Amino acid sequence: MTVSVESTSVEAGEAESTHTLRPHAEDAFAGELAALAAQDDRPRPARWKLSPWAVATYLLGGTLPDGTVITPKYVGPRRIVEVAVTTLATDRALLLLGVPGTAKTWVSEHLAAAVSGDSTLLVQGTAGTPEEAIRYGWNYARLLAHGPSRDALVPSPVMRAMADGMTARVEELTRIPADVQDTLITILSEKTLPIPELGQEVQAVRGFNLIATANDRDRGVNDLSSALRRRFNTVVLPLPESPEAEVDIVSRRVDQIGRSLDLPAAPDGLDEIRRVVTVFRELRDGVTGDGRTKLKSPSGTLSTAEAISVVTNGLALAAHFGDGVLRPSDVAAGILGAVVRDPAADRVIWQEYLETVVRERDGWKDFYRACREVSV
Amino acid sequence: MASAVGRGAGAGPLLLGVRHHGPGSARAVRAALEEVRPRVVLIEGPPEADTLVPLAADEEMRPPVALLAHAVDEPGRSAFWPLAEFSPEWVAVRWALEHDVPARFIDLPATHTLAWGRQQDEAEVVGERPLDAEADADTAEAEAAGDTATDPAAGDTGPVPTPRSAPDPTPDSAPDPDDVRIDPLGVLARTAGYDDPERWWEDVVEHRGAGKGDALAPFTVLEEAMAALRETYGSGGHDRDLVREAYMRLQVRAAQREFEDGVAVVCGAWHVPALRQKTTVAADRALLKGLAKVKTDMTWVPWTHRRLSRASGYGAGIESPGWYGHLFSAPDRPVERWMTKVAGLLRAEDRIVSSAHVIEAVRLAETLAAMRGRPLPGLSETTDAVRAVMCEGSDVPLALVRDRLVVGDVLGEVPSTAPAVPLQRDLARLQRRLRLKPEALERELELDLRKETDAARSGLLHRLRLLGIAWGEPAASRGSTGTFRETWRLRWEPELSVRVAEAGVWGTTVLSAATAKAEADAVAARGLADVTALAERCLLAELPEALPTVMRILADRAALDADVGHLAQALPALVRSLRYGDVRGTDTGALGEVAAGLAERVFVGLPPACAALDADAAEEMRRHVDAVHGAVGLLGDAPAAAQGRLRTRWQSVLRVLCARDTVPGVIRGRAVRLLLDDGELTQEEAARLMGLVLSPGTPPADAAAWIEGFVGGGSGGGMLLVHDERLLGLVDAWLTGVPAEAFTDVLPLLRRTFSAYEPGVRRTLGELVRRGPAAGGGAAPAGSGIPGFAAELDQERADAVLPVVRLLLGLDEVAETAGEDLAGVTG
Repeated sequence: MTVSVESTSVEAGEAESTHTLRPHAEDAFAGELAALAAQDDRPRPARWKLSPWAVATYLLGGTLPDGTVITPKYVGPRRIVEVAVTTLATDRALLLLGVPGTAKTWVSEHLAAAVSGDSTLLVQGTAGTPEEAIRYGWNYARLLAHGPSRDALVPSPVMRAMADGMTARVEELTRIPADVQDTLITILSEKTLPIPELGQEVQAVRGFNLIATANDRDRGVNDLSSALRRRFNTVVLPLPESPEAEVDIVSRRVDQIGRSLDLPAAPDGLDEIRRVVTVFRELRDGVTGDGRTKLKSPSGTLSTAEAISVVTNGLALAAHFGDGVLRPSDVAAGILGAVVRDPAADRVIWQEYLETVVRERDGWKDFYRACREVSV
Repeated sequence: MASAVGRGAGAGPLLLGVRHHGPGSARAVRAALEEVRPRVVLIEGPPEADTLVPLAADEEMRPPVALLAHAVDEPGRSAFWPLAEFSPEWVAVRWALEHDVPARFIDLPATHTLAWGRQQDEAEVVGERPLDAEADADTAEAEAAGDTATDPAAGDTGPVPTPRSAPDPTPDSAPDPDDVRIDPLGVLARTAGYDDPERWWEDVVEHRGAGKGDALAPFTVLEEAMAALRETYGSGGHDRDLVREAYMRLQVRAAQREFEDGVAVVCGAWHVPALRQKTTVAADRALLKGLAKVKTDMTWVPWTHRRLSRASGYGAGIESPGWYGHLFSAPDRPVERWMTKVAGLLRAEDRIVSSAHVIEAVRLAETLAAMRGRPLPGLSETTDAVRAVMCEGSDVPLALVRDRLVVGDVLGEVPSTAPAVPLQRDLARLQRRLRLKPEALERELELDLRKETDAARSGLLHRLRLLGIAWGEPAASRGSTGTFRETWRLRWEPELSVRVAEAGVWGTTVLSAATAKAEADAVAARGLADVTALAERCLLAELPEALPTVMRILADRAALDADVGHLAQALPALVRSLRYGDVRGTDTGALGEVAAGLAERVFVGLPPACAALDADAAEEMRRHVDAVHGAVGLLGDAPAAAQGRLRTRWQSVLRVLCARDTVPGVIRGRAVRLLLDDGELTQEEAARLMGLVLSPGTPPADAAAWIEGFVGGGSGGGMLLVHDERLLGLVDAWLTGVPAEAFTDVLPLLRRTFSAYEPGVRRTLGELVRRGPAAGGGAAPAGSGIPGFAAELDQERADAVLPVVRLLLGLDEVAETAGEDLAGVTG
């Protein structure tokens, strides 16, 4: 009986989600979460929907004893997910670091969905995020009419998460101005949020925690103060481990973007994608693919996301101005733009790379020539 | 369990199966010995070392140390039995010494195991190699080091010895890839559902709290497991183990006859079932029949944690000697103590780590362990916790933790009363062979490197210098400056013997030790110039085996060094090494490649580096340009195809330099001059560039600097001015046009430029200037050819020399044409 009740509720949830463009993680994977919860007999921290072990399984995928297959949400080192989940269980806040395109937001959403069953308590960090977004705001009409009271208070997602013992999320923490960031310190260390206007405070209920994501390689970010940093356990989400995995990610994304931009499909693009990924990886890692030669790394991040945009650009060039085939000359300018961020230092690094690595490589003559043309 | 105790006190010997270098095993062994109190302790190890046991109690003895066995007449053939503080064998030895109980080694004597090595030189990978690749090297380096993991001794002493370096190849030895041996721990771990044997062992044995219940229980359980394995796998591919076990059984029997029940045996867990086995003495004797022998000698040598680690190529090594050492020595709360240690290290490196960090790290590690279903946080949990809490997710500080704590810098010590190390023997042998007596009296030694003995002597002295044994100091050669001559000042100080003993850490022969030292030095070298100097010394000392490592590090340093000055400094030394290598017939192919790569990097980096320099920096950069020019010239002479292009590329770099206004005058002038000397720039073009610089638009100081670069210093620029009066005219015209107020500014520079000329040149120049520009116009005809000379030969004046030339050569009847050729050359 119980099973049938559960399954109908899951169906209802899924039916509802079909109307939205992108359903929340807890809706999209409601079936998996329910199956995990049903079979999870390990101890759960207060107000957690699943045990830490089940949360890790939810993210990494696996097969449950009854045969339910849990799809992997995050493909990467198991260690990372384990540390992240454990951090949340120890009531320390979790900071997910990484360059763009390493699935930080994705991981944080699924963690919140699995732990609290709700991934919507979200503060989006921008350069203009005000303190109210993290603490609380006021309903001014009520404030003027009735004076300060709890009714006139507009709680932030963080405040609601504290009151209900849920997981709050802060996206792009380092984009938030430093003084606003620091309002998190009291919340994370004292686990309370004072409301001096009312002489009250909101105390966090057990189960409250916070997941922040940040990108520490970009320019123009507000570094965390050491006081705030100390409140977080940091997990760095790595870039794809193997070149093959990265080529796969890039070509899949390029394919999706290309279709949405109505670009004609490039028949022989894979070689060029592989090349772009190779160049990015080698410069990023500071060592050539064969592990023989060390290289200087330029100041840019050279993330997978950037490789995707270079290839997409190249495809557009090839489609609109070339013969439709992705050629070295189509990606050369894009690569140069991605690599040379600092005109003086990066240019030397790039030229060194061209002269010492690219020139000697078999089958890279066209690419070398194309790069020389745009570099001069 | 009770039966185990019964066995210990009753029927058979007490067999304590251990894992080498396992702190849990070590603790268990101590507990078991304390409880049973045997009258003799038998330990798996070479029996030749029995006489060395008392040294273990010496005050100066500090683990990690190793028992070193080596063939007496072949010091390169050796085997090591490393013992750390947390090795069960060490614990057993110490316990025996403390309780006045005899301790004996019962493994097959080293005299046989070393002979095995001689028999099959191709067989297995050497367990330990004397060189110690830095454990902190990144993966690529570690792999490369693995590739070159051939024993350096192989170079001159022939076959490499193959005995395992650990007391045996039991549980902990990782299976060699091309080996059919089974890995007993791996099998047990897989059976228990672990994918990592190391972790399984940690959970089951190392992390068990000590002192809970029966001290012998762990050994019983382990023995049962191993017995099951041995039943299934037999010797598991470890064929030699059968022989060793036969020997051990005989020894155990002998001990039992002597001490009856009070016999305890500490050996690898893998051997326990075999020692328990009932066999006949005759059968065991039969197995041992006809084993080959070599004359061996044993001693204690200091060891390091780094060399215990698997990363250093030690077959039976462990991943984390430092961590194990900590587990063994920490009285309680190992995780808390470990985190405090880590925090201390990070603080010492100026990272902000508070006590709150330590608390959180401990909490995270414990929760992680719970989540992973482990009884206690292991190394992986603590490492994850340190990374997330103390290192902000970064692997960089973590690498430091791994290097300093997880592996550790611990260096063992051996009392001075320990027998001589094989390196001393090898040195004595070489001294005899090369007839170089160590004498306290200082004397000079002239070496002619073309002679074989002298070349070998030079090699030996250079190698010793690399090892810090300064027996010979190179001195300036008298008379000849040829590269085949060397002069040494020899003097043997008594403390050099101590140095030799210390250098024994690096290897058993002078060659292998010097190679290992050179490689370690390369890894530790700070600057690029240090590495190039080292490469030079490697060539001088004839250490071809060390060169690949040195070259790799050189290439890496060059790639990462952003300072063109450093690169430019390194290049000439490298090119010099290339030429030395040629003299000595060393293969310098790799060196040439690295040099060419270095040159490319200089070419790319030089033009941007020349911009916006002050006077001193510009002068330094000019010296770099000169050095690179010379080096490229030498490199260009090399036959390799890629190097032919270097010269062309260099010339295009020089062109860029001389045309760029932001480049200081002194460098521009020098670039023009170098191009002119190479014939890449015509006289006219040079004059045009000079005119451009000396035109009134240029600040006088700049122009003076340009002149300094163009004709200054010892570059023979004076002669150029003497012979090309057009250039002189330009300088003259400019100088007279310099305004009075600017003149005092440029005067020091000009004085520096011209005072360096030889008196003769200065006088001629003075006279030319006094004679005035009229003559200058006539001396620069519109032809090509050598600057300062007419296009055609002046036949009449050339003929005038002929009689003298004939007289000099004593060739009165030689044909006229020969004389003409000569005249052409000398003219």
